[in-house]
Amino acid sequence: MGIMKNLMAATALATISASAALACDISARVNIVGNEFPAIQTVGAGAQECSGGEVKTNLTADHQKINLAGMQGNPAEYTSAIVANSSIVNLMNEDVIRPLDDLVAKHGADLKKNQLITINGKIMAVAFMANAQHLVYRKDVLEKIGMDAPATYEDMLAAAAKIREMGIMENPIGGAYKAGWNLAQEFNNMYIGAGGKFFKDGSAEASINNAQGVAALNMMKSLSEYMNPDFLTHDSNATNAEYRAGNVALMNMWGSRAATLTDADGVSQEVKDGMAIAGPMTVAGGSTPATTLWWDGWTVAKNISDAEAEATFIALTHAIRPEMLNDKTSTEAVWLIDGYTPTPAATGVFAAAQSGSVPYPMLPYQGLLHTALGAELSDFMQGKESAEQALADAEAAYTAAAKESGFLK
Amino acid sequence: MRHSTFFWFFLPTGLAMLLFIAFPIVSVISQSVFTPHEAVFVESENCGPFGCTTETTIDQDATAALREAKPLGQFVGLQIYLDRGHLATSEVAAAWRSTDSMGAFFKTINNLPFYRAMGFTLTYTFTVTPLLIILGFAIAVAVNSLHRHLKGLVIFFSLLPMIVTPLIGSLILFWMVDSRGVLGNFLQWMADDPDLSLKASTGLTWIMLIVYGVWHSAPFAFVVFYAGLQTLPQDTLESSRIDGATRWQQIRYVVIPHIMPLVTFVALIQIMDNFRVLEPIIGFNAEAHARSLSWIILNDLNGETQLLSSAATTSVLTILGVSILLSPVLVRTWRDFNSKA
Amino acid sequence: MASQLNKKPLALSLFSTGFIVIWLILAAFPFIWTLWGSFKVELDFFSKADWTNALTGARTTVEYGSPFTGAGYHGAWVQEEFWRSVINTAIVCFFTVTISLTLGTLGGYALSRSGFKYVFWLLIAALIFRAMPPITLVSGYLLQFFNWNVWGILPTTIIVLVAINQPFTLWMLHSFFQKIPKELDESAIVDGCTRFQAFRYVIIPVMWPGVITTGLFSFLLAYNDFAVTTLLLAEENRTMVPAIAAFMGTTQTEGNVMFAVAAVVSATAPLFVLVMFFQRQIVSGLTAGAVKG
Repeated sequence: MGIMKNLMAATALATISASAALACDISARVNIVGNEFPAIQTVGAGAQECSGGEVKTNLTADHQKINLAGMQGNPAEYTSAIVANSSIVNLMNEDVIRPLDDLVAKHGADLKKNQLITINGKIMAVAFMANAQHLVYRKDVLEKIGMDAPATYEDMLAAAAKIREMGIMENPIGGAYKAGWNLAQEFNNMYIGAGGKFFKDGSAEASINNAQGVAALNMMKSLSEYMNPDFLTHDSNATNAEYRAGNVALMNMWGSRAATLTDADGVSQEVKDGMAIAGPMTVAGGSTPATTLWWDGWTVAKNISDAEAEATFIALTHAIRPEMLNDKTSTEAVWLIDGYTPTPAATGVFAAAQSGSVPYPMLPYQGLLHTALGAELSDFMQGKESAEQALADAEAAYTAAAKESGFLK
Repeated sequence: MRHSTFFWFFLPTGLAMLLFIAFPIVSVISQSVFTPHEAVFVESENCGPFGCTTETTIDQDATAALREAKPLGQFVGLQIYLDRGHLATSEVAAAWRSTDSMGAFFKTINNLPFYRAMGFTLTYTFTVTPLLIILGFAIAVAVNSLHRHLKGLVIFFSLLPMIVTPLIGSLILFWMVDSRGVLGNFLQWMADDPDLSLKASTGLTWIMLIVYGVWHSAPFAFVVFYAGLQTLPQDTLESSRIDGATRWQQIRYVVIPHIMPLVTFVALIQIMDNFRVLEPIIGFNAEAHARSLSWIILNDLNGETQLLSSAATTSVLTILGVSILLSPVLVRTWRDFNSKA
Repeated sequence: MASQLNKKPLALSLFSTGFIVIWLILAAFPFIWTLWGSFKVELDFFSKADWTNALTGARTTVEYGSPFTGAGYHGAWVQEEFWRSVINTAIVCFFTVTISLTLGTLGGYALSRSGFKYVFWLLIAALIFRAMPPITLVSGYLLQFFNWNVWGILPTTIIVLVAINQPFTLWMLHSFFQKIPKELDESAIVDGCTRFQAFRYVIIPVMWPGVITTGLFSFLLAYNDFAVTTLLLAEENRTMVPAIAAFMGTTQTEGNVMFAVAAVVSATAPLFVLVMFFQRQIVSGLTAGAVKG
């Protein structure tokens, strides 16, 4: 299915920028592994416009399970992996991606400085799009209760109480609180917003069992009172479905989902007209918004020949050249590419970046803490244990995992 | 049968299992006693689209040297088996010392991931397996007495729970039991409780998973038993009737002994499958309420950073658990085998 | 075969019929519900507002002017080219079942006809092998397969599915073979057949019921597998189940659940034909086997 679609997209793009397409000549094979969402499909198709060498893509939701194994061999199966700031860490830890400084100097004149991901002074990836969670709400409902879009989570609670009180909606808050990755991500947001630090300075020792951690959990618990009682089973798909059905008026949602949120068949006019986007909220009087910034970008494998690395770099630089932006591709993502003008759906992500939000940490052991939080916080959300106990459990689970991975003694 | 004949008959299947199961098991066992090397960290300035931050990263050159010296990693013996994510010996000992009642002790134990998963896994295995055997047997007997023109259709519909891809099957059922879905509404009406939600309560989630497990696996027992019923010795049945055996007695003394080997077989396979229960937990998004050993493995493998040693350890523990559960059946097979030989 | 003595009392026959009807409803209702819902839009099928929308198709009517729409089918088959996955699944299922049964009947026959101690230990080893959680196995293969450059193609997946399924096939066929009297093949050998000829011309013909039942399970395993196919197949070689999973979307991206629902329904249709076809073989084959045994 992917090939035809990619080909079609490639032809469409090629006709738009025929001259640029001609410019892409490579001399070795390129094989890209990455997630499958539309923006990445577009990048993959862009790379496939190149001629002179075979360009293959494998874009799948399970990319993270195969990219490491696919880059560890010598020569590696994949010459490039498309990753985000959370997942580049894994490739860095295992040392399977190469520094790009010489290639940027040679072929990267069109790349903007802020697209280059520099780690320890070396360029390790080239980012092409940004993402963040931010507020999505129903302006018609907020008008009814006479309130503005909430700027803090405390305001969100007040608005939710009013909506429920006036009988407009029973469970007006939506949230991707599904036990596991989603729940941990919401905690990360809230903990950052409350001013917490995940680790003791300069060490891999977790320190989340503190006042900020408890405050973050308590806020999540208060929010969940206004959510569908099954909130621990709701991922972002289920949360969006609630919003489309008109059951939810306020939610913290991924910017990448905003553009198509009300596009689905059967969404009522009321929901379509009422949809509005705002920046991320703060919590507990903090000034850092309770959200994280994300980028998606491409890397080049280490265990391949220099010719293949160069071909990969050229093809992917070609795929994210400014001319690839058009009416269709502009709505697919918040591009970091020169010449991108934000669409209305992108305002939330831009607001997040401008209001001092912090990026999701690129620490070697952040993923382990994320997994531990996802597994251990659900007991607290169900009221089965105290916030302190849940955080202590998460710390203990993380410590066991970090010891195993060699991050802690 | 001569050894050499046996060897050639068995070679293809033996080779397939050796290559794709036995070798991986050996590598999993070795993985469970080795862990990655200690990471050497450096502080570095990292920059991206959102500015620069000072963060910790791994010193690749130093780590590469360590890896070069010992490619398997560091040998840790049973350390992973005993850590908090698995048998948690020191945590259990501490709980034993610090708690003053059995209730409090078990509550603390239940907070440890391995024991919590064990609790659900065993409950699930020992409710689902007998129930599905009984249900499968009842369906087989009932279908067997149907008119032969009806059988085909009934067999097809009976197989449906097994045929529809579990991934989607559980998604659809998951929606149907939602408090606003068709089954959820039906149950609310039955229980006369408009706020009833199966997904928000641990007890009800367990029952939902168990019912799904029985529903999904009963067709398997049904097909095996149905095939077994076709080979019923008609003359034994006939003579028992002439002796005046009631219908129940016929089933009890003729049919059940005849299909007993198949019951053992189904029990064997199902205990094993149920002990490794995973798909329903994923399909029903039940992670918050029910976790199994396989779920722990998946969770270790699915994170941004994979915990290979931990997943390997849980896998070995799963194999050990299955072996212990099946030991009565194995002893029985051993005796049958010896009496026959 | 129904003798006078076997005639059922009315109450029992009512009870038995009632039981079957209830079971059929339980077994088929979710599928029929899905079949009906596959012609609706997502907001109706997963009607968050009122479950009766799934019956009446309120939002579908607003969107398409009729309570039924084939949009899901069109999307899955035309837009996403689901038929490619169907072909891949057909290839995987055919070869997995054929190879599984070939290896399994040879091995199972040998196990049932040999009285040495190692047979017992082989059976136990097969059982222990089966206890291994498949996700661990599969993630262990990845690196090797990439190194050998065989990752992502159908033959690799077929071989892995065959191997993973061998313990089950062996056990099942072994127990079927044990039911077949040893005298049957031994007399053939006395008559001058080799062991393989006895197996081929005497045992296989009376083995059909066992082979078909085992084949059915091998087929269902290959057809429904997710753990192996999702990790070992490249995007262009995807079978139906991972393709359906891909319709459903991920955390950061939108899926199209109705494509998945339509795909599931259309994937079940060929199975209907298959089971209807093979049930005749099962029923008649089994009865024939019983007479001979």
